[in-house]
Amino acid sequence: MSEKEIKNLEEIFEQRIARDEKIEPKDWMPEKYRKTHIRQISQHAHSEIVGMLPEGNWITRAPSLRRKVALLAKVQDEAGHGLYLYSACETLGISRDELYDQLHTGKAKYSSIFNYPTITWADIGAIGWLVDGAAIINQVPLCNTSYGPYARAMIRVCKEESFHQRQGYEIIMTLAKGTPEQKEMAQDALNRWWWPSLMMLGPTDAESVHTAQSMKWKLKRKTNDELRQQFIDQTVPQADLIGLTIPDPDLKWNEETGHYDFGEIDWDEFWQVVKGHGPCNKERMSARVNAWEEGEWVRDAAMAYAKKQEGKKLKKAI
Amino acid sequence: MKNENLIQYIYGIADNVLILGQRLSELCGHGPNLETDIACTNIALDLLGQTRSYYQYAAQLSGEGKTEDDIAFLRNERQYKNVLLVEQPNRHFGYVITRQFLFDAFHLLLLEELQNSKDDTLVAIAKKGIKEVSYHQRFSSDWIKRLGDGTQESHKKVQEALDDLWRFTNELFLMTEDDKIALENGVGVNVLTLQEKYNQRIKEVLDEATLTIPETKYFQKGGKQGIHSEHMGYLLSDLQYMQRTYPNMKW
Repeated sequence: MSEKEIKNLEEIFEQRIARDEKIEPKDWMPEKYRKTHIRQISQHAHSEIVGMLPEGNWITRAPSLRRKVALLAKVQDEAGHGLYLYSACETLGISRDELYDQLHTGKAKYSSIFNYPTITWADIGAIGWLVDGAAIINQVPLCNTSYGPYARAMIRVCKEESFHQRQGYEIIMTLAKGTPEQKEMAQDALNRWWWPSLMMLGPTDAESVHTAQSMKWKLKRKTNDELRQQFIDQTVPQADLIGLTIPDPDLKWNEETGHYDFGEIDWDEFWQVVKGHGPCNKERMSARVNAWEEGEWVRDAAMAYAKKQEGKKLKKAI
Repeated sequence: MKNENLIQYIYGIADNVLILGQRLSELCGHGPNLETDIACTNIALDLLGQTRSYYQYAAQLSGEGKTEDDIAFLRNERQYKNVLLVEQPNRHFGYVITRQFLFDAFHLLLLEELQNSKDDTLVAIAKKGIKEVSYHQRFSSDWIKRLGDGTQESHKKVQEALDDLWRFTNELFLMTEDDKIALENGVGVNVLTLQEKYNQRIKEVLDEATLTIPETKYFQKGGKQGIHSEHMGYLLSDLQYMQRTYPNMKW
């Protein structure tokens, strides 16, 4: 294709995006669009799968049968999200095995929040309330993103995430209303998860390298800082309602802006965790790699069996 | 039939599904691929759902303001009446599937008979359970075939699991005193009559999977009397951790 032809296609493509048309897998797309989407969708899929680990950590120890069943179902939902996000990603011409390989070799990233440990039951509530809460804020705009398969996957993901968020808040609320020991557990979880949750919305706009391009392609509709503000404004009253304190002495309602002012985020911590040196980066990755390696003989068996069955069918047909 | 006997009879069925559900839930997030991870979690969810129905009924029978959670979390090891098979650890996926397969075949036969009980609640639980367990049996049988007739390595691994776990199958068909009382009262199932069908079903699938039942002279038993393997204590320490550490709280 000549340069002129490509330029022409690019123009048509940008116009389609501007008209809010969906881009579908078989449509022509710029290589950079394809690559950016593989990066973001796979990062999202990996986050779902790695995100199963910190919560899975409490399934066997959940405090009641009702909570155990709900947590199990929730973690299973995350697996389901992973499954359809990987499928959406595969429509861009990359295989699931390649995507796993990128995760296992550290080439692909996943949400840093999952590199923090879940050390009490209240952490399960805090993850649902704060982490899923922040995730929803990130993800709701993606239901209208330009790439069709991703947008459609996100509609389902968001429905389930908002259910998880309510469930998490309900766990925390139960603790906050419980015995002093339970309330302390809830407050401690909030103290540990608050700042990492704010970091989940990504680096500040000034530091964010992908924002401008992503906004143009409607892969992003608001900047990181806008999303973070929205999360804080939404979450602070929820904490107030159940008598928990946000661990930020600088947090203050600002009449003028109609938003909460908040304290300085420790970006050194953020970058440390992103670069692989958080409390559980090593554990999360080795759990994923182990599951994959230990499952190899099982996957091989399934393939071999399917081949044999196919052969038998063929023989019969002949 | 005295409530106490009925409660014990219910534990004899329900503890199996609780403990197997607990074992399966350990795997969530660690499966060989996403599809099997989701499927195993589904089975765990079914089993824990069934557990709740049984325990809610037992709690109601015992009166005393007991709840399903008191029964699930606050008994001592000797009071759990599950068979040894279901508490065996997840050594590898071959063990997980073989344990499931050996239990599912029994579980389905049991529920099919339990449908004829004089106890309406147990009938209702059985009817709902049959739909779920039919799926479990299909899933585990399919995987037994895949692993047995897959690669040399998978054949070896799943045969190894079968050789190890087969010795726990006989216990499924032993009648406890409470089983006998429940049977006399038209409430319980005569598990003795299920063994032949069970062996038939198992053999059918194993033949197709090119696997063989090991020659076993000595079978293990004890779970139904609350005498468990050494694995059980660790399983319970996880299961009961919160309720034991923070007694009398609502979650």
